Amino acid sequence: MVNKQQTAVTLCGINLDNPVMAASGTFGYGYEFAELYDINCLGSFSFKGTTLEPRFGNPTPRISECREGLINSIGLQNPGVEKVISEELPKLANCLHKKVMANIGGFSVEEYAEVCRRLDHQDQIGWMEINVSCPNVHHGGMTFGTDPKAAAEVVHAVKKATGKPVIIKLSPNVTDIVAIAKACEEAGADGLSMINTLLGMRIDLKTGKPVIANKMGGFSGPAIFPVALRMVYQVYEAVSIPIIGIGGISTAADVLEMMLAGATAVQIGAANLVDPFVCKRIVEDLPKEMKKYGITNLKDIIGGAHE
Amino acid sequence: MREQILTITENRKIAPKTFSMTLKTSKGDHGIRRPGQFINIKLDGFFLRRPISVCSWEDDSLTIIYKVVGAGTEAMSHYEPEKSLNVLLPLGNGFDTSVSGEHPVLIGGGAGVPPMYGLCRQLLAEGRQPTVVLGFNKKEESFYIEEFKTLGADVVVATADGSLGVEGFVTDALENLSYTYFYACGPEAMLKALDGKIPAGVGGQLSFEERMGCGFGACMGCSCETKYGNKRICKEGPVLERGEILW
Repeated sequence: MVNKQQTAVTLCGINLDNPVMAASGTFGYGYEFAELYDINCLGSFSFKGTTLEPRFGNPTPRISECREGLINSIGLQNPGVEKVISEELPKLANCLHKKVMANIGGFSVEEYAEVCRRLDHQDQIGWMEINVSCPNVHHGGMTFGTDPKAAAEVVHAVKKATGKPVIIKLSPNVTDIVAIAKACEEAGADGLSMINTLLGMRIDLKTGKPVIANKMGGFSGPAIFPVALRMVYQVYEAVSIPIIGIGGISTAADVLEMMLAGATAVQIGAANLVDPFVCKRIVEDLPKEMKKYGITNLKDIIGGAHE
Repeated sequence: MREQILTITENRKIAPKTFSMTLKTSKGDHGIRRPGQFINIKLDGFFLRRPISVCSWEDDSLTIIYKVVGAGTEAMSHYEPEKSLNVLLPLGNGFDTSVSGEHPVLIGGGAGVPPMYGLCRQLLAEGRQPTVVLGFNKKEESFYIEEFKTLGADVVVATADGSLGVEGFVTDALENLSYTYFYACGPEAMLKALDGKIPAGVGGQLSFEERMGCGFGACMGCSCETKYGNKRICKEGPVLERGEILW
């Protein structure tokens, strides 16, 4: 039998019972999933991307199906940081008895910093995950994550605003993700989440027009797993801060593969939307999957695929 | 919400591109309590589930009526009895029958007709006298007219080409009716036309359609703005009250 110690990992100094987290934007603020199962079985999760002001987000349709995935263009719909503090986090505290990851969106360096400042006093928040890679908002979001200098600027500002570990969520929509990752590390980032969604598009043959109102959106789901895995592998070679592997993970085997590539923890995104119980299932399947490959301690396989 | 494996007992064509599928629960309660609620079905070979409204239900079975509109529903239309489907249910708020008054009118257009059947049945069981207005493009696309009559409701049909019933839209068929409240499901253009036509003092509930990601409130894919704040069509909807809708 695999015990808890054997699946535990440490992410920026905080212990996780297991490396399985739900990804931002697919798990709300947690309490709705807590009606389905005890979410304390997860390592943690990253809550819905939060901005300074409330946002309705983009017009609908916001969703388009693809083979082995979907495109979304939500546009950072959220109630704003003050309501998150006053309404969402208290509800979460009733059902999650461990640290949660705050996911923060923004349209300026100052906004990222201000949201971090306001969330800094929230005990339940373990990490600040800074989304510099949202493909669905203009004048912000992804633009900070596609330029090493701009990304570094965000890291500097956010590090001054919070004492909690800062994790930068990277965009795959760049020529050289390694350069951005290194710039974030040099600027003082404590970890990296990768990858955000790939910019994609579908056209409705009946209308001849894009399915999504915003025309383009972020592509996620099992189809992007090999891309995410490759990027985690490349970045692991270039940085020494921990990486959270994200992109198309839907089974315990995917988790092991992502960890071998270099991930310390993983996030499950799109899979939650078709199987709301998937995170729990992956946690339950992990020991079996470890046993299958003779893995006694999950920590030991991080980056194991490298020379 | 729960996840259940349901077994198809019937899947038959009832009109062009329109199919009626009955699903049996193997164990446990399916949880559907209100007309207008929907289920979200996992299909082999498709990533996202397909949300389909419930037409009627018994303790251990559900009937859905769906239109073939794309590859997913096309695949569904070929499913044979005995096949098992992974389904999330019950989803959505459904219609509130407690506010209907004595003579509510139920208005269904095309693929919006099915949830009106369960609603009609429930209103009749609660002792109300509903009138049902059904709109179709043409006679050959019509379905369930006899089923509504068998329930004991007054039925008025409108077809766009005049091949059955009143020539025109459901708004034309409403012309000489009097009613205490209205319930509607159909294309958004129809819902909007109804809101324009029905006197302002009459309350109503309208069921909306939107492309969904998850169907259970996690992804914010189907959000809409209302007078009472943002709502998710899949979770706080699909039924909205007339007074809260921002057209």
